[in-house]
Amino acid sequence: MTQQFYVSPEQMMKDRADFARKGIARGRSVVVISCSQGIALVAENPSPSLHKIGEIYDKIAFAAVGKYNEFESLRQAGVRYADVRGYSYDREDVTARGLASVYAQSLGAVFTAEQKPFEVELAVAEVGRNQAEDHLYRLTFDGSIADAYGFVVMGGQAETVAEAVGGSWDASAGFGDTIRRAVAALRLGTLAPAGEQVGAPALNPAGSLEVAVLDRDSETNRGVNRAFRRLSERDVLGLLEERAAR
Amino acid sequence: MPKSLSAVLSKRADSRDEVADTSRETTAGRVSAAATSSFSEHLAQSRPDLLPYGMSLSAKNLPAGNLPAVPHATTIVALSFAGGVLMAGDRRATVGSMIASRHIEKVFPADQYSVLGIAGTAGIAIDITRLFQVELEHYEKIEGTLLSLEGKANRLGAMIRANLPMAMQGLAVIPLFAGFDAGRSVGRLFSYDVTGGRYEELEHHSVGSGSVFARGALKKLWRPNMTEDDAVRIAVESLYDASDDDSATGGPDLVRRLWPIVYTVTRTGSRKVSERELGAVVETVVASRALLAREA
Repeated sequence: MTQQFYVSPEQMMKDRADFARKGIARGRSVVVISCSQGIALVAENPSPSLHKIGEIYDKIAFAAVGKYNEFESLRQAGVRYADVRGYSYDREDVTARGLASVYAQSLGAVFTAEQKPFEVELAVAEVGRNQAEDHLYRLTFDGSIADAYGFVVMGGQAETVAEAVGGSWDASAGFGDTIRRAVAALRLGTLAPAGEQVGAPALNPAGSLEVAVLDRDSETNRGVNRAFRRLSERDVLGLLEERAAR
Repeated sequence: MPKSLSAVLSKRADSRDEVADTSRETTAGRVSAAATSSFSEHLAQSRPDLLPYGMSLSAKNLPAGNLPAVPHATTIVALSFAGGVLMAGDRRATVGSMIASRHIEKVFPADQYSVLGIAGTAGIAIDITRLFQVELEHYEKIEGTLLSLEGKANRLGAMIRANLPMAMQGLAVIPLFAGFDAGRSVGRLFSYDVTGGRYEELEHHSVGSGSVFARGALKKLWRPNMTEDDAVRIAVESLYDASDDDSATGGPDLVRRLWPIVYTVTRTGSRKVSERELGAVVETVVASRALLAREA
């Protein structure tokens, strides 16, 4: 029989939070940013198939940092929640607010009740008819939920990247400019290998990027209700080269 | 004695392994069992009441008695043309000998590369369509890739089979499914029976009360490698012929300007043929028939 030592609740919560924070900071950053054409989601992700960004519903997208298995199960749960809700009520009754609050509840429950908290941080984005109707929610490992204005930066060197994104953010810019700025900000947060300068351009600039958009006018531009569109490596390269050409 | 002891020990070890195995199986098993990419399976597990052929409504639980008359959807035609497939449906729903609706739509896009049309009990058919649409979108979002055309056709078959108890109560739903097979680069057609049996059809097919007459027309009018425009025209002609002889199939309504619903599916995806295009086609078909001034 091992002796159970007394640990104060404050200490226990602090230990769990520190544990989760460390796990999240180890990864690379994700930027979710609202602009005139919609919402852009940009992540540094070396894997072309294990996504950090995903579609949840017609106007709703998901971005995450941290442990893949944990946020992937949350993403799938979100898709199930949204599809059941849209099927039993109506498609327009699925909102980012509802989804974010379900996420907050499950993250909070895991944080207090399970052996180990989820080492993840999530963003839920909903594109509106105009920029004032865009919603960005940021959820942390303990179930805290925050309504973000304009942009969300999570994971890795989040503070450095957030500063850069905040400095260059322009609400009236289109997808091209917004994504270029987000990529530039992400590069600042990348820890360069020994001997290289921080922020040095990678050999293949589009290779380690995952980019998706929530198109504000998907009905008129593409004739579909589903606003989410993942940009291919070629699209991303094209966007980044546009900057180089200037 | 030592032999029996070792036997006992090894049995103990076995049983311990078994315990470990089952506990591993339950945790891993539970996770993998919950991780379904199918929306209808998820509903069956967590919200069976939401299924159109819901558990609570399955035939053996239905109280005895006669079902009041409910709307029925009628004729759907589908045919292939060079580079794709087309599906068209008339606009009539009937309750017995009454017209229940002149505006009903019975052909729907299932996803970007497939369409389905429905005949039979309208209420259940429309819900199955909705379920099928969510099923395909759900798979796409969970897996990050589109289901193969055969996979889609099989899922639809499973849903129709699940509706079999209702079909035996007289609430049958018969779909027709068409889509573009990206792997083979051809448009393909699938028909079903109430047991969920799935049959690939070549060239053309039709379902519903007017299908006999529509199929006769298609047999004479369909040619290999037709253009999309020709395909739209003969779909309208075949529905016209069906409405001519079947009271449950609605013809083109020139007074209310109601035309059949027509979708085409090609490599670039599904497209609803516009009212304006259809209006022109219907007017030429009706004019050419009026010109012939034939009685039968």
